[in-house]
Amino acid sequence: MRIFLTLLAVVVVLVVAIAGFRGSLSRRTPIEVFPDMDRQLKLRPQTPNGFFANGRSSQMPVPGTIARSTPLQTAAGPVFPYEDAAVNTGRLPGKTNFVDLNPMTVDLRLLERGRERYTINCAPCHGALGDGNGITRKYGMAVIGNLHDKRMVQMPDGEIFNTLSYGKGLMQGYAGQIDVPDRWAVVAYVRALQLARLGTPEDVPASAQAALRK
Amino acid sequence: MSAIFPKWTNRLPLLMLAGLILIGTGVTAGVWYYFTPKYARVGYQPVQPVAFSHAIHVDQLGMDCRYCHSAVEKSWFSNLPASGTCMNCHSQVLKDDPRLALVRQSAATGKPIPWVQIHRTPDYVYFNHSVHVNRGISCVHCHGQINVMDEVYHAKPLSMAFCLECHRDPAAFIRPPDKVTDLTWQWSADPRQNAELQRANGQKFVHDWKVESLQHCSACHR
Ligand code: HEC
Ligand code: HEC
Ligand code: HEC
Ligand code: HEC
Ligand code: HEC
Ligand code: HEC
Repeated sequence: MRIFLTLLAVVVVLVVAIAGFRGSLSRRTPIEVFPDMDRQLKLRPQTPNGFFANGRSSQMPVPGTIARSTPLQTAAGPVFPYEDAAVNTGRLPGKTNFVDLNPMTVDLRLLERGRERYTINCAPCHGALGDGNGITRKYGMAVIGNLHDKRMVQMPDGEIFNTLSYGKGLMQGYAGQIDVPDRWAVVAYVRALQLARLGTPEDVPASAQAALRK
Repeated sequence: MSAIFPKWTNRLPLLMLAGLILIGTGVTAGVWYYFTPKYARVGYQPVQPVAFSHAIHVDQLGMDCRYCHSAVEKSWFSNLPASGTCMNCHSQVLKDDPRLALVRQSAATGKPIPWVQIHRTPDYVYFNHSVHVNRGISCVHCHGQINVMDEVYHAKPLSMAFCLECHRDPAAFIRPPDKVTDLTWQWSADPRQNAELQRANGQKFVHDWKVESLQHCSACHR
């Protein structure tokens, strides 16, 4: 009996020593206890896949393909993503001139959305105020555009749209991360930031003056 | 005449029974303790090809998860960023650092960085990020404190029991949707008050947004 008990104790200690405790960090791939149907032959995004020549499961759309079913709601009515319209290109239809005014209906909802998207995507570099003093400046990003430059204030909305979609100079484009309506929301918010910087206390509506003076 | 069986053999059946019970208990305890995602998955921390640190980028730089995981609100799948996204900054920050050699190479050639996937549900489970994130379920409930991890590890079991724990009572977890990516956010610093506010506001959200308590099998196995 004594031998058996010692053996049992040794086995328990061995198992615990080899297997460790719950939650301890490990480099080993997790064991699947019942692996039935856990891994099926289907495509998952961003995984290697031998079917396609470039070895990936996520493929780029064939050049020229467009999403066609969902029109965007602009101030001038619905516009499909394949149309040559200012909302899609940032330019006047048929021309290369940038459109002057934001084609979306600019209201509080758009600005709120713009603020959220700006904070996520632009603030790390351009800073919460748009003056180019984002956190990355401290770590060696030397030239970050100041959105309050006179040139930027006078820039047409379409050009800002174009810059943030496809990038310019040292800044890369955000077309892949931000959808078209959200990009216009960011443009509207950048305009709001510029207006806030250029405004005077007299521009604040009378109802909000008291809060400002405090 | 000497006995064929010595006297101690009288106790043999009893000893065998005791031994079996001991072994049985040991094996049961072992299976209970080890054969569960709480052991098998939690703590899984593979070596990543690039020593990317969430602690630096999220905690120190204050970046939002959605700068990189940009599809998490729109899609079932939370994407990993393209190496071009890293190059937005690293074309200037740590421009020639050897730790980022693979990122630069990948951005130049288009060959993906072979990140090792950590969280992965079995293929018979339907999961969707956008539903949860847009309903005010924070990343922290399912991924743990990513914002302080230097290397990501699997922090929660993500087993069926884990999913159901929340699906039975979403009010205990829901927070305002704009605080979803702020992993340290709380209703209040005081734990008791925090619990009270969570309950009151959680129930209000569940009522206002008509959040369902999804427990039927076809919600997740479809
Ligand atoms: C990774 C850092 C970074 C982020 C994030 C970033 N920018 Fe920039 N941005 C820059 C840099 C650097 C420049 C200066 C480019 C140059 O002059 O070469 C710049 C310049 C600009 C300019 C001026 C372009 C011109 O005509 O000179 C605009 C407008 C702009 N950014 C808008 C945005 C908006 C809107 C966002 C958010 C979607 C954004 N940026 C996010 C780094 C960034
Ligand atoms: C600067 C870009 C960046 C930011 C910001 C970022 N991540 Fe990540 N994340 C990555 C990269 C790259 C990986 C893959 C490498 C790794 O696992 O460390 C990753 C991996 C992960 C994983 C593990 C994925 C897997 O394989 O299962 C989770 C979970 C995650 N991130 C959550 C978050 C959360 C939550 C936040 C916000 C608090 C966040 N991330 C912010 C870039 C980022
Ligand atoms: C918003 C800008 C920004 C983006 C986007 C970004 N990084 Fe960084 N990264 C930084 C800064 C700033 C540092 C800190 C540099 C320092 O400490 O001097 C850093 C540091 C690092 C380091 C060094 C970590 C260490 O231990 O010091 C690595 C590796 C790294 N980043 C990888 C990545 C990868 C991979 C991505 C893309 C998923 C990425 N970064 C995206 C700004 C960024
Ligand atoms: C309700 C739980 C839950 C929430 C909330 C959640 N996730 Fe996930 N996440 C998961 C599960 C489950 C997986 C594994 C999915 C799969 O099978 O691919 C996952 C996978 C991931 C991955 C890895 C994707 C891959 O395959 O490489 C990333 C990155 C990620 N989540 C980021 C986030 C971020 C960022 C948030 C918050 C905005 C978040 N998650 C919120 C449960 C959750
Ligand atoms: C912290 C809370 C929480 C956790 C953990 C959680 N969920 Fe959910 N889940 C929700 C909420 C809230 C909803 C939204 C219900 C609604 O909109 O009525 C939801 C909805 C869903 C839906 C419904 C999607 C649809 O389109 O009908 C699925 C599927 C789902 N969850 C799967 C999972 C799986 C799988 C896990 C485990 C990996 C999980 N959830 C973990 C809170 C959670
Ligand atoms: C909230 C989402 C959710 C609901 C609802 C749900 N499941 Fe699951 N189920 C899961 C997840 C996630 C897993 C994978 C667990 C794992 O990998 O550890 C799973 C796994 C399973 C498995 C396989 C277990 C194994 O280890 O092989 C079975 C069987 C199962 N579920 C049956 C059911 C039945 C029956 C119902 C209805 C009563 C149900 N599930 C409802 C999420 C759910």
